[in-house]
Amino acid sequence: MSRVKKLRIDASWCKGCGICVAFCPRNVLKLENDRITVADEENCIKCGLCELRCPDYAIWLEESEDE
Amino acid sequence: MPSKLIEREMRIANLPHIWCPGCSHGTIMRGLAQAIENCGLKREDTIIVSGIGCSGRAVGYMDFDTIHTTHGRALAFATGIKMAEPRLHVIVLTGDGDISAIGGNHLIHACRRNIDITCIVLNNNIYGMTGGQYSPTTPTGDYATTAPYGNIDRDFDIPLLARAAGATFSARATAYGVNEAISIMEKAIRHKGFSLVEVVSVCPSYYGRKNRKGDAVRMLQWQKENSVPYAAVGKMNEEDIKGKIITGIFNDDDFPEYTEEYQKIIDRVRVK
Amino acid sequence: MSKRMLMQGNEACVRGALKAGMRFFAGYPITPSTEIAEGCAYELPRVGGKFIQMEDELASMAAVIGASVAGTKSMTATSGPGFSLKQENIGFAAQTEIPCVIVDVQRAGPSTGLPTSSSQGDVMQSRWGTHGDHPIIVLSPSSVTETYYLTIRAFNLSEKYMTPVIFLMDELIGHLRETVELDDEVEIIDRKQPQGPKGDYEAYQETEDLVPVLPVFGSGYYYNITGLTHNTAGFPTNNRLIADKLHSRLMQKIEKHRKDIEDYEEHLTADAEVLLVAYGGSARVARAAIEELRGKGVKAGLYRPISIWPMPEERLRQLSERIKKILVIEHNYGQYVHEVERVVHEDAEVSFIGRVSGAEIQPAEVVEKVEAM
Repeated sequence: MSRVKKLRIDASWCKGCGICVAFCPRNVLKLENDRITVADEENCIKCGLCELRCPDYAIWLEESEDE
Repeated sequence: MPSKLIEREMRIANLPHIWCPGCSHGTIMRGLAQAIENCGLKREDTIIVSGIGCSGRAVGYMDFDTIHTTHGRALAFATGIKMAEPRLHVIVLTGDGDISAIGGNHLIHACRRNIDITCIVLNNNIYGMTGGQYSPTTPTGDYATTAPYGNIDRDFDIPLLARAAGATFSARATAYGVNEAISIMEKAIRHKGFSLVEVVSVCPSYYGRKNRKGDAVRMLQWQKENSVPYAAVGKMNEEDIKGKIITGIFNDDDFPEYTEEYQKIIDRVRVK
Repeated sequence: MSKRMLMQGNEACVRGALKAGMRFFAGYPITPSTEIAEGCAYELPRVGGKFIQMEDELASMAAVIGASVAGTKSMTATSGPGFSLKQENIGFAAQTEIPCVIVDVQRAGPSTGLPTSSSQGDVMQSRWGTHGDHPIIVLSPSSVTETYYLTIRAFNLSEKYMTPVIFLMDELIGHLRETVELDDEVEIIDRKQPQGPKGDYEAYQETEDLVPVLPVFGSGYYYNITGLTHNTAGFPTNNRLIADKLHSRLMQKIEKHRKDIEDYEEHLTADAEVLLVAYGGSARVARAAIEELRGKGVKAGLYRPISIWPMPEERLRQLSERIKKILVIEHNYGQYVHEVERVVHEDAEVSFIGRVSGAEIQPAEVVEKVEAM
């Protein structure tokens, strides 16, 4: 049973500042009508920079059991 | 349902917070919560005190015993809390105007006493809450609603000011360098005696817009390109350092702590 | 009873505070209250308490609130200039309902004034010094013995009603030395603490007596105190209904308990034809004048408010229905007299004798004034 990190988003808390989009090293994210969405999940290397930098806690990595 | 860290440390019902899009106060507040967790502080004994301003609102979101005091006076309130109950870990969360303008007198005396309080200064170089007036850390020449022709004031180096006044731990980090900020805040909390950490925050709404420094992303990018680690300063010439943000720990000294010294008096004179 | 001692008013204040359980003092040197700070600096560590001399009076007021929030009965002492500096934080304590005692040993003002001379010029400031409508309790002693007992009452009222209490002394009392015998058996009241689950305990929830039960910081309730108008959970709000409820409750908290808070003394009023109204130091002048007047067959009596705010109006009103000649004696230019005028029967004739020179009004002057009324 390995622990898997999954990108989670709560768009209702996103204020569209674009910090996560700009600082994501893999261009995984984009803003859609000023809210954060995942553009390319496969590229995500689970580095957590988005969670680290998000001022509004609208994006984070969630650890969960491998389904 | 937010991240585990936010769920553990924040008052979820009060989120999302009121700070503007891209303001890094939220990033630093999360960083402080992480630092507190890393130190393993007992939640019950951790008190967070704030003054008035954008930074002041942080305590309403952090799930501790919190007190949102009067403008500039957070350190004086915190001194009362710490003196009365030295077992408590007292953290003051303040801003550049709150701590170094109206609160300046309390800052230098809290440093001089070396009372075991950790003071986190969210320095966004402006009075944000009141709509963009210049503060004691607004760079000379910059613009603000009360400096429409350019600020002629010189600006404080808050960690240097604190160190000169007697703080036994002074440091600076940036919102861009969040991980360094977290590790410095952790060291500051663990430090016995007065510790001050200035975290250079970005204010796109007022400071950024008034001075055409771009949005949050560009301001954080600027921090990345204009930060110089304290360790490297010795090897650089005057010109290269000008206008740069010097980050790192400036001093970390050992010196008698105020409440411990007072306890010694009690132990000596207490009538059994 | 303690043994008979010669004691200064300021010292009696310290002894009363210690007896009440005060274990934290923050202050700043200022004539004529410095003896209180000095007394606390000496006595507190001997009983495990804490003294700190802060960088100014404003910081002292902040530290006092901080210590009280951490569960320690706290006090500061000052005089006019320092009292003015403390006002914003006194308002914070009133808004956030944090118990503490602020001693103002009044000196002749305004501004730097006559630092070693007595006055009662801060009486209106003690009610309205800080901005906005706010609850406050103000007590004023007129002897060294009373200073001891009334300081204890100040702490009891602050803990019982979760409010700052101003202890309004005048320099005349602060620096007066009298023989005293101080009783050790006195009632001490401590603030209520919440029982029951800590979960989402609402610190400022509505209570029957309008007094909140605020947990001490560090006891695991994790609540928020803010000077911003706040809801029952203690968080900032701009909601007009909630704001109205909070601000009205804060004012009613004192009104509702007037009977318990109000305090006054009557002296020879039963057959009085002239009523002297005086509090604090000027009540001593009134007493001496009454003695002289009675010697001359003039039936004078004294009504002495001990709780200055809330003003003990009812009894004064009753007396004024019978006694039509009223003389208010204050060491100021005339402040509390306007409250007396507001309260007394419309047929009563209110006269005033005041002093702003720093010198005390003499009994003979009062006698002369009464005889001319």
